[in-house]
Amino acid sequence: MKKTVQELLLVENTQLNHDNFKLVLQASTPLPEMFPGQFVNVEIKKATEIFLRRPFSILDVDYSNNTFSLLVKILGRGSKVLTTYQAGDKISVIFPLGSRFTFPKENDQVLLVGGGSGVAPMLFLAKTCGLKPENVHVLIGARSIRDHVDVESYKPYGNYYFTTEDGSLGEKGFVTHHPVFSDQLGSFDKIYTCGPDLMMKAVAKAAAEKQVFCEASLENMMACGFGVCLCCVEKTVDGNQCVCTDGPVFNINKLTW
Amino acid sequence: MVDLSVRIKDLLFKNPVLTASGTCGFGEEIADFIDLTRLGGVVMKGTTLNPRQGNDYPRMAETPSGMLNAVGLQNKGVDNFIQNIYPNIRDIDSNFIVNVNGSTIEEYVELTERINELDKIPAIELNISCPNVKEGGMAFGVSCPSAEAVVRAVRSVYDKPLIVKLSPNVTDISEIAKAVEGQGADSVSLVNTFLGMVVDANSRMPVLSTITGGLSGPAIKPIALRMVWQVYNAVKIPVIGMGGIMNATDAIEFLIAGASAVQVGTAIFIDPTIPVQIVDGIQNYLEINNIQSVSELTGSLQI
Repeated sequence: MKKTVQELLLVENTQLNHDNFKLVLQASTPLPEMFPGQFVNVEIKKATEIFLRRPFSILDVDYSNNTFSLLVKILGRGSKVLTTYQAGDKISVIFPLGSRFTFPKENDQVLLVGGGSGVAPMLFLAKTCGLKPENVHVLIGARSIRDHVDVESYKPYGNYYFTTEDGSLGEKGFVTHHPVFSDQLGSFDKIYTCGPDLMMKAVAKAAAEKQVFCEASLENMMACGFGVCLCCVEKTVDGNQCVCTDGPVFNINKLTW
Repeated sequence: MVDLSVRIKDLLFKNPVLTASGTCGFGEEIADFIDLTRLGGVVMKGTTLNPRQGNDYPRMAETPSGMLNAVGLQNKGVDNFIQNIYPNIRDIDSNFIVNVNGSTIEEYVELTERINELDKIPAIELNISCPNVKEGGMAFGVSCPSAEAVVRAVRSVYDKPLIVKLSPNVTDISEIAKAVEGQGADSVSLVNTFLGMVVDANSRMPVLSTITGGLSGPAIKPIALRMVWQVYNAVKIPVIGMGGIMNATDAIEFLIAGASAVQVGTAIFIDPTIPVQIVDGIQNYLEINNIQSVSELTGSLQI
């Protein structure tokens, strides 16, 4: 998978809720194959006061139109300005970057746990992992219903479960409080997670206790995204590794959480 | 056809654009994006005798027009370089230069001796300016006697071109440059990063695990340019300029201020194709201005 830096055309920018947007980018040439867990590094030229690119997980790919989409959650100045881009704008993107989730085996029962912008790779994984929908269980946590991202178009690919901290959607509490997690964890063959650090650590801890295969996609701060700045390192059992090239997807057995 | 080539001692560079140590891995990491043979040289990630894990995360903070890093020379050591990296780069038609680091003079010397055995490594860059390690590094580069001592020791075991990378965190960088020239350095490269820090006002904590780190990017360019100009006027050996070069115009400014060649560093994080764009941009500039050779630009500042 050759990495490239390309000027892509923004063909769609849709606001999903108060701070989440879906951006669809189109390349002028066929896209390389891209997988759940991988990410892209986006130059936000209109935010003149920021210097580095900003990394975003891939939400979906449409090879027939040479497009892929990103879920952009406003977290700071860079992401905020990026959400003001309009269809027709050109955006420089380095892609595809990083490692991918290990696809499940046929008949595996899998649990995908996402929160915040970490929902994006979970939806992409649900759609492309190749399992029957009844074997795919997607658990999504949010602070409140207003932070929730609509997943209607991904419903055909699995069973969906929701938690919110204020109880405004689904179960009240964190993802770890949902019965599909707290009661059924040991019945899954594979668990995948992406989201806030605390959430992923709680998921990883529970998965480790039940000895269930678990991969987490990390979001450490990075400068380059392709393994030269060595800034995004995570401590692993093999020493410091780059989240951008050795990850972002790590088996939790490799992490020192 | 303009002549882009430059020489440092007897080493020919096909053009004056090198990638800076710590910003291009060992070259392979950016080979997806650019043809490495288009570069004048690749200064590879800082290497030490033994593997180093580097500093704890977080190691990076974005700053106005730049960034701080505190990587701390994370690398897998010279044995790994010789066994696993050198075979892949030895036949690529560019100058692959090893950035040599140590905690003690003995380590610098031993590492240099190991590198000296590699016939396709045409030069070393002696790093006496890393601001992010507790021992060695910048400590050698901030006083004339210690800079002289390490260069003298390395020079005595190394006959190929010896480039010494200087720290800007000194009172008078031209004094350090003269000191290393006096011990036989063939070239000086400058500047390494400026020691800086970032504080999070909300948590009242430093952003970097090491509290301080090295500032790079366009924020440092005017200071780096001034230092290149001062050093150019103080020494006879060629100067390799760097510090915030983002495009061909920036690079040309360094050449005019006295650099014989330039290194492109932090810009690679933004766009790894920039070094090759700079090669093309310099060529274009020479053609438009009817300048036959890029070396005519060096020190051509009109005062």
